Amino acid sequence: MEFIKETNPIPDLRVKIGSLSLDNPVMTASGTFGYAREFERLMNLHRLGAIIVKGISLHPRHGNPPPRIVETACGMLNAIGLQNVGVERFIKDKMGFLGNLNVPIIVNILGDSLDEYREITERLGDSPAVAAIEVNISCPNVKKGGVAFGTDPAMAAAVTQAVKEKSPVPVIVKLSPNVTDIAAIARAVEDAGADAVSLINTLIGMAINLKTRRPELANVVGGLSGPAIKPVALRMVYQVARAVNIPVIGIGGIETAEDALEFMLAGATAVQIGTANFINPRASEEVVEGITEYVLQENLPSVRDLIGALRVD
Amino acid sequence: MIRTGVGKDPLLRRPFSIHQTTSQGQIQIYFKVVGRGTEILAHVKKGENLSVFGPLGRGFRIAESAPACLVGGGLGIAPMLFLAKKISQIKKDCSQDLIILGGRTRSEVEPLMKDFEQLDIRIATATDDGSYGQRGFVTDVFTGHSLPVDCSVYCCGPEPMMAKISALSKERHFPCQVSVESVMACGMGACLGCSKPTKSGAYAHVCLDGPVFDAEDMVWNL
Repeated sequence: MEFIKETNPIPDLRVKIGSLSLDNPVMTASGTFGYAREFERLMNLHRLGAIIVKGISLHPRHGNPPPRIVETACGMLNAIGLQNVGVERFIKDKMGFLGNLNVPIIVNILGDSLDEYREITERLGDSPAVAAIEVNISCPNVKKGGVAFGTDPAMAAAVTQAVKEKSPVPVIVKLSPNVTDIAAIARAVEDAGADAVSLINTLIGMAINLKTRRPELANVVGGLSGPAIKPVALRMVYQVARAVNIPVIGIGGIETAEDALEFMLAGATAVQIGTANFINPRASEEVVEGITEYVLQENLPSVRDLIGALRVD
Repeated sequence: MIRTGVGKDPLLRRPFSIHQTTSQGQIQIYFKVVGRGTEILAHVKKGENLSVFGPLGRGFRIAESAPACLVGGGLGIAPMLFLAKKISQIKKDCSQDLIILGGRTRSEVEPLMKDFEQLDIRIATATDDGSYGQRGFVTDVFTGHSLPVDCSVYCCGPEPMMAKISALSKERHFPCQVSVESVMACGMGACLGCSKPTKSGAYAHVCLDGPVFDAEDMVWNL
């Protein structure tokens, strides 16, 4: 009788971000998935590795005046201005739904000062449903916002340290691509205690309307996202993954499982789906399905075998 | 929200109003070619598949017992047909109702008239150049008609026109609803790209809170 090796119908997609274990490496990127409830009836939220909700500040923010978005070649520019309900209302109105989901919830936070970062971390620390904190040190939209932190290694380290001191859960630092040497910033936040880094945030860009001779965005500049930025994001993930020992989470123009797997080969432990959620609300779930299929097809013991497995010789 | 292509460019879906529906489950949209997305959409052939996501947002709330005045300008005529059909289905008596349609010139108004004329509601038309209906704006037609005191106004068109109709409605104490337009990425409240300033000071989002709003809540940036 022939011995047939049984293949496990559920492949091993588990990854670890610090002490946080995820069922699979697919998350939703902050600011593209609302507070998850918006997507509840359109997809199975429980298929996700983690959900990262819209960036939260200490106080509510109204955001920028319109127009806030404009489509560009294979991408879009946004200058939403970090509109959000503020940490108090987030905990009161949004946490209940999120806490009932059986998916790790990662809360993205932003602030104007180290004290603000500290305070918001403290407030979230009491909430058992928060599985990790992602720190936005790089949002290019708000003039007074995180941009200064994210572009300077010392300031980036200071924010990381401030949040780490107050956070009972793993801290992921989201890096800005609008810097000369992203690896240096990554090393700085790693030294300051970050449990992981996620990259890239949007690239600062601009679009001009020739007819009106005005900028397309009321904020003049905005963050570029979508497939247009994928090559830049891949390059930066590759550079950072070689520079640090903590997990790297890849973000930037990921629409399909193929895109996600390329990021993993470049060194990402996990990925985030962003702009693709706007076009196809099921995009993140489809990426999970595609990765599952790939791991089965390739007969890999685990998806982890792909992390940094890029052949460069 | 309609995806006009299948590739990465154009990337985002485009928002459209529903012009009319059929009992066979067809949806008709009426649009103007304004950019690459609509250009591609205009060349879609019969039998091709399109990715459609909707219907989304809040539509007009029909005041069943009040006389209705529908005002559509330019492409704002598009959702007025769907609304007019609904009104004529829901309301027993449309004898006091009025539809005002206008555009810059004949070709913006005349091709749409046939469907409206099948309804049992009075129609008044205007064009800027006088090539069809009264010469002038829909706002002129609106002021020129003695509407019932308990009239409800439903409006869609360019923002200056909606602002004027809102103001005129307020003067006459008519409740007025406006259907506004915005660029948007997702259509479901996730991107927060389609913000409109409101009198409360906060931004409303066209995709979820609208596209139809009470005119008195809006702040017009003209």
